[in-house]
Amino acid sequence: MNLARLSFPKTAKKGEIIEIRTLISHVMETGYRPDATGKVVPRDIIRRFTCHYDGEEVFRADLWQAIAANPYLSFTTVATKSGELTFTWEGDNGFRHVESGTITVT
Amino acid sequence: MIRLLSLACCLVAALPVLAAEIKTRDRRSGFDFMTPSSQDMQRDDMLNPGMLWVLEGEALWQQQAANAPSCAGCHGDAKDSMRGAAARYPAFNDRLNRPINLQQRINLCRSENQQQPAFEPESRPLLALSAFIGAQSRGLPIAPPEDARLAPHLENGRQFFKTPMGQLGLSCAQCHDDNWGGRLAGAPIPQAHPTGYPIYRLEWQTLGSLQRRLRNCLTGIRAEPFDWDAPEMVELELYLMKRAAGMNIETPAVRP
Amino acid sequence: MPMPGRTRWTRRETLAASAAGAVGLLLVRPSWGTPDALAAAIREFTGGATLQRGRVKLDLPPLVENGNSVSVTVRMDSPMTAEDHVRALALFTEQNPQPNVAIFHLSPRSGRAIVTTRMRLATSQKVIALAQHSDGSFWSDQVDVIVTLAACVEG
Repeated sequence: MNLARLSFPKTAKKGEIIEIRTLISHVMETGYRPDATGKVVPRDIIRRFTCHYDGEEVFRADLWQAIAANPYLSFTTVATKSGELTFTWEGDNGFRHVESGTITVT
Repeated sequence: MIRLLSLACCLVAALPVLAAEIKTRDRRSGFDFMTPSSQDMQRDDMLNPGMLWVLEGEALWQQQAANAPSCAGCHGDAKDSMRGAAARYPAFNDRLNRPINLQQRINLCRSENQQQPAFEPESRPLLALSAFIGAQSRGLPIAPPEDARLAPHLENGRQFFKTPMGQLGLSCAQCHDDNWGGRLAGAPIPQAHPTGYPIYRLEWQTLGSLQRRLRNCLTGIRAEPFDWDAPEMVELELYLMKRAAGMNIETPAVRP
Repeated sequence: MPMPGRTRWTRRETLAASAAGAVGLLLVRPSWGTPDALAAAIREFTGGATLQRGRVKLDLPPLVENGNSVSVTVRMDSPMTAEDHVRALALFTEQNPQPNVAIFHLSPRSGRAIVTTRMRLATSQKVIALAQHSDGSFWSDQVDVIVTLAACVEG
């Protein structure tokens, strides 16, 4: 299933600071809301997002219920070498989603 | 809700019913009534959560059911075949002998050509396919079909729009023809043009159809909503599209 | 009017469904944010270190159409070198049921200390940004945000 959208430059100069943007489908259920019957809907959120650059972690976010549904994140990293960018979202109920893409550094 | 109710009552008491339709040159999309931050969210595909449904719809378009063609199997590349489709619905259906909206058209295709059960109203796959098909008309003007068989239904829709309803006794027209640009419970009253459906409504925290939005309006005036895809709702959709003819499709739009 | 196929109600939907709105507001909020909870969350991030105002910058729209999704950017000017960089940026709220929003872990590989996300605001309130610098100092900024209520919600 196509769950996430990614945006980062496909090519960059060595040492260039690039912007990475991600958007993922997720309800981010807070655990504070009652359903139609008055029963509180259990929490179901993404708790952690990581970005690895050729296996090395370059960004990590710890997230709580106050992050809006369908979480959006933008951050930066230095283009060091050609390689793979891997994005991992992990959360409640065993949620885990991984996306990746390559960047060519000249 | 008390605040909304009292405001709505003030609105009824203070303002005369003008019953004048909005002139073509004065028409404005709900987009124009939003804050710059919400406008950015719609304009930038990476910021627009509605694009997640478009992405899902694109996958569904290609997905093959057992012993039945995928959408793409019959229609090919949606970029060509579905361009302008959303701008022409609701349209008259020969077999049912009445107008149907885009979601109903998708479900007919499923039952007739794919031998699959219809998607539930407001279900995720139905919204995803509608968003994907709708997005193929982004930037194209709304172009209701010139079909004489639609005329009586269009008239019913127009009457619906102008009829006071619910415990507050408000018509659609009283808010959206006569008092657009005003405020209700702190929110601007837009002109109610269906340019961007299905929309990602921040209030819903998800994507939703025009009918879901209309149900919110009906609840707002303390009226009992119609059933999903009730003929009355489709006729109202038909009138709203006619009223917005020539305005550009924005699907998937973002609204507060 | 619950809708078929829907399983979630927002606070405002529940509020709208309540016959007495003001009473409903109190009933459906199980754990309102408290100054103590906020202080504890901040202490956990800083480890009790002294907070200084400035250097970190928090950007939010001053007026928000819907508290369900509010664009927020937190940044701090820094060369992001091994000796002089921002280790973490964090967001907190004064009055959400839970004070934590997010903690972003950075390094010299970040190049810049700037992160944008979208957050929820249960009501008009103060949003707080903190930054942890590599020299061990902690910096703060805060913004007051006004959240308006949507009209014609599901009820």
